[in-house]
Amino acid sequence: MNPVVWVPADAAAVSVGADDVAAALEAAGATLRRNGSRGMLWLEPLVELETDDGRVGYANVEPGDVDALLGGALDDTARCVGVVDDHPWLAGQHRVSFARVGVIEPTDLAAYRADGGLAGLERALTLDPAEVVREVTDSGLRGRGGAGFPAGIKWETVRTAQADTKFVCCNADEGDSGTFADRMLIEGDPFTLVEGMTIAAIATGATEGFVYLRSEYPHAIRTLRRAIDVAYAHGVLGASVLGSGRRFDLDVRVGAGAYICGEETSMLESLEGRRGEVRAKPPIPALEGLFGRPTVVNNVLTLSAVPMVLADGGAAYAALGTGRSRGTQVFQLAGNVARGGVVEADFGISLRELVEGYGGGTASGRPVKAVQVGGPLGAYLPPSRFDLPMDYEAFAEAGAMVGHGGVVVFDDSMDAGAMARFAMEFCAKESCGKCTPCRIGSTRGVEVIDRIRAGTQRESNLVLLEDLCVTMTKGSLCAMGGLTPMPVRSALEHWPEDFGVEPAVADAATDAMSESATSTTGGARP
Amino acid sequence: MRALAEGMAPMRGPLLPALQAVVEQHGFVHDDDVPVVADVLNLSRADVLGVLTFYHDLRRTPPTAHRVTLCRAEACQARGAEATVAAAVDRWAGSTDVEVGEVFCLGNCALGPSGMLDGALHGRLTPDRLDALTEGWPA
Ligand SMILES: Cc1cc2nc3c(=O)[nH]c(=O)nc-3n(C[C@H](O)[C@H](O)[C@H](O)COP(=O)(O)O)c2cc1C
Ligand code: SF4
Ligand code: FES
Repeated sequence: MNPVVWVPADAAAVSVGADDVAAALEAAGATLRRNGSRGMLWLEPLVELETDDGRVGYANVEPGDVDALLGGALDDTARCVGVVDDHPWLAGQHRVSFARVGVIEPTDLAAYRADGGLAGLERALTLDPAEVVREVTDSGLRGRGGAGFPAGIKWETVRTAQADTKFVCCNADEGDSGTFADRMLIEGDPFTLVEGMTIAAIATGATEGFVYLRSEYPHAIRTLRRAIDVAYAHGVLGASVLGSGRRFDLDVRVGAGAYICGEETSMLESLEGRRGEVRAKPPIPALEGLFGRPTVVNNVLTLSAVPMVLADGGAAYAALGTGRSRGTQVFQLAGNVARGGVVEADFGISLRELVEGYGGGTASGRPVKAVQVGGPLGAYLPPSRFDLPMDYEAFAEAGAMVGHGGVVVFDDSMDAGAMARFAMEFCAKESCGKCTPCRIGSTRGVEVIDRIRAGTQRESNLVLLEDLCVTMTKGSLCAMGGLTPMPVRSALEHWPEDFGVEPAVADAATDAMSESATSTTGGARP
Repeated sequence: MRALAEGMAPMRGPLLPALQAVVEQHGFVHDDDVPVVADVLNLSRADVLGVLTFYHDLRRTPPTAHRVTLCRAEACQARGAEATVAAAVDRWAGSTDVEVGEVFCLGNCALGPSGMLDGALHGRLTPDRLDALTEGWPA
């Protein structure tokens, strides 16, 4: 019998040669299966060979390794990582949303069903819509896109709204640097998202759905489109969802390279075909969303948690986690980290466990200087803060945010002043332009930071930077302008020397700043 | 062009998908396309131009023979992206065949520096690996 090998078709694996390895294995006579990635990205391409003991993994495989791999010559080397399911890096995790990612073939609906897929939707179809929403409310599930808003409350608003048409929109714009979980889930287990969106539709009375997927993710676009076709062909989507007589139509819309389109009202504008300019709230999208109709907008990971909530009940999900952060969170270890990838764990895990435990420190082998958590609008934190538990409230109290769960690691060669400047530069480039504090303030911010770093009238420019941060925080319509001061302020607070500033002077400046910057709600990612 | 836009007209919110289709098929949106798209979709030219100028993906000039689009976001910077960017900018300065562009995150943040070479995603893109992958490209 031909050996059966699994080679990830995930974009990250492909980016380091997985397609070439797959072709070489097929040419060597192996039966090829393409899975998503297990999320142990430093091992990619990670090839798995089926054996009587389970799927045995081989790390960093190149096309030239194929004969050795199939002939057993790699078995006694460090390249062989043993049975992948038993790998300590995976075994310690709590994979709920990512349970099937990397395990099954992504668009194989039979495999999805055999592994427990569609049980949540089947149960939802036996319940009243109000009961479905109640399960989600009871689960304590909060939005994974950044703001952590309770999903059940949003759904209930849409459910009770009266309208001719309602929509479910999935935010798959995932623009934050250091995040890739939405992408990996869509590439590795797209039916979970399709099922979650269909449950949302059943619960709220929506009949049409869109996934807004960024153009930077061509692999995910292809996989999701294929999955939707398969779902239609098998009656999971369409005029009668699983024979229930309830309609749900789902389509993919592709972004066009604008970070701001991840903000939900900007995304809705873009879905309507217009410039992605942020809308003022109210009205909230749950009442007047896409084309003015009641609309559920949720992140990929929020919607992907829903099938499990319905299958096992809200209480089972609520039993995981800590405080008001219930369930699991999919953390993403990125940047200069030895073992980067996806860690799905209960909320409450510490930053240290993630960065030093799972991550194994830096890839360069140098000391960790900082991590940025929560994307480009998130704070830079030094190792002295690594005991912070990953939970929305604890992070907010510390003047930081969990956001979409991205953790970007930097070694001691990082220049915090340059990163602060970059935060302003990024805001200037990606601002939608609707409000002045963000559009103009960020450009001024770059100039002011340049002057501070050059030593030009440093003290007065520090005061100016402080004023600018206050204005952006208080005067911006959305969190793009409102939270850009977060990375800037944290960089200055922890590494003033990178700005050429004496620590005492920086303290005075950031104390004044943090007063206003952390006390406002204007910046909270709505 | 007209047929392309007409194909999109029945969609909800057809303007952005129509312009994306133009870029996909013709490589860029020509200024002369603007009134045609506006006419078919029953929009003003200003509406079409407004969208055209908002999105980075909607190019308005013909594409070069090759494109290098490098990620400059934080996680790739942490892995040395700026050195790769500098090498690419340096190598293809003034080139009319190779365009070097920037992007902020390709979702490959654990295996950076990341970039797209003629639309294909690559990771671990050190200056050396970039050179190896683009061997034979014009200067
Ligand atoms: C500048 C900006 C960018 C955002 N980018 C994303 C994104 O890429 N993906 C996402 O799900 N939410 C993003 N959000 C948050 C959304 O506005 C919104 O809160 C979210 O989609 C709601 O879904 P959730 O409740 O499931 O998190 C962004 C917000 C802002 C202000
Ligand atoms: S803060 Fe910036 S991105 Fe947000 S609405 Fe204002 S200009 Fe647009
Ligand atoms: S930061 Fe470069 S790929 Fe995400």
